[in-house]
Amino acid sequence: MSETVSAWQLIASGDATLFAIVRLSLAVSLTAVAIAMVVGLPLGAILALTRFPGRSAVVVILNGFMGLPPVVVGLTVYLLLSRSGPLGELGLLFTPTAMVIAQALLVLPIIAALTRQTVEDLWHEYREELTAMGVGPTGQVATLLWDSRFSLVTALLAGFGRAAAEVGTVMIVGGNIDGFTRTMTTAIALETSKGNLPLAMGLGLILIVLILLINATAWGVRAWSEQRAG
Amino acid sequence: MRAARSDLPLSLDDVSLIVGATTILDRVNLTIGPGAPTLILGPNGSGKTSLLRLCMGLASPSRGAVSWGGRTDGGPESRAILFQKPVMLRRSAAANVAYGLAQAGCPRGLRARRTEELLDRVGLLALALRPARRLSGGEQQRLALARALARQPEILLLDEPTASLDPAATRFVEEIVRAAAHSGTKIVMASHDLGQVRRLAGEVVFLVRGRVVEHASASDFLDRPSTPQAAAFVRGDLVL
Ligand SMILES: Nc1ncnc2c1ncn2[C@@H]1O[C@H](COP(=O)(O)OP(=O)(O)OP(=O)(O)O)[C@@H](O)[C@H]1O
Ligand SMILES: [Mg+2]
Repeated sequence: MSETVSAWQLIASGDATLFAIVRLSLAVSLTAVAIAMVVGLPLGAILALTRFPGRSAVVVILNGFMGLPPVVVGLTVYLLLSRSGPLGELGLLFTPTAMVIAQALLVLPIIAALTRQTVEDLWHEYREELTAMGVGPTGQVATLLWDSRFSLVTALLAGFGRAAAEVGTVMIVGGNIDGFTRTMTTAIALETSKGNLPLAMGLGLILIVLILLINATAWGVRAWSEQRAG
Repeated sequence: MRAARSDLPLSLDDVSLIVGATTILDRVNLTIGPGAPTLILGPNGSGKTSLLRLCMGLASPSRGAVSWGGRTDGGPESRAILFQKPVMLRRSAAANVAYGLAQAGCPRGLRARRTEELLDRVGLLALALRPARRLSGGEQQRLALARALARQPEILLLDEPTASLDPAATRFVEEIVRAAAHSGTKIVMASHDLGQVRRLAGEVVFLVRGRVVEHASASDFLDRPSTPQAAAFVRGDLVL
């Protein structure tokens, strides 16, 4: 497996191209998760606390959207941002911003749906007590989000794992432009098809290590929080 | 903090509570004014918890009206309730009390000191930093009492607060309740313990199957019960 050896050499030597790609991937996925978090946490919490006609349908659709095909999200964002699309004038297509938008849309349902489930379970438990203490709607949302913070970290990490590993949306809306919108996953796809296996494998190894790290963190957060908060 | 308007008298006017086909409370007329503690007495399933929830404003009557100081729209500002099974927030014991203080409008700067006082009052100062959900049942009950007292309520509703406590802790909690009553808090407390009536009650509301069978001073209830059910309950017989 001489490819594996050269892959490790590439990583060990701190290859500039390789690390620029890693850095861009992380920046795009982290920003996307941050945006999805800012929207998804309150959205999920509000959905957990409110009752309105058609709510069940919204919940089912949201849960379903957790498994949205990345290529379809990519295609949708592509149509929105393409020159003839409604947001074409912004000139965002084939930029890192477009990739952030697409990944945020991909991750948002995951974060919102998991938040909704977590917060709703806790709400059943807290409802009477909070009502008796006269806690208003904003206070309820804040209390429930805070008290389920450890489970929510797991939701965020799940979202990040999904964003970092997907290739469909970033390929379509980013365009895989060398040094500009090339991420780990799109680079792996391209380099493999070109036969440049060491770079592809080096990136693959880094990606796997990242995903393992995320899961280890999720596991650790859970164990630690069960210790601490009961 | 305590609302300017009083929540007393607490009044139930021909109140029924019906869920599905079950009549849980049946045409209850009751006025609870300031003064010594009111104990709600009755066997299991007689409607004590349901009555307290109505008094707190957590449930609305199917018929009739509940009013607080003449108002029917009272928010929970000047009331607090200690549930039969209190829910602990996923935080430390101290944070649970501090949360109650914050909700009651206690200024941030005073919270740490007040939290300490309240935990000390219920004998839990040594466990201040323990996650509340890791406390024993009896400790949780006392923590919930501290959290309710944090609201400095005008009316404090207690749902069998000593049911899971050992005799020493029971006396301890009764002492706290007595002190609160002395400082002007109206105590309304569900119980099925006659000893507790002797030790604490000013008056008794006796419930059987959702009806107020007797509403009398504690001494009258114990010495001269006016209904056969109350007499049986006082003798320690089964009430059906
Ligand atoms: N939501 C509900 N739906 C149907 N029945 C209910 C509901 N809540 C209470 N009940 C019934 O109403 C009756 C009174 O219940 P409640 O909890 O008020 O009794 P209690 O006097 O507090 O009893 P305990 O001493 O066991 O605490 C019980 O028979 C109970 O099963
Ligand atoms: Mg009860």
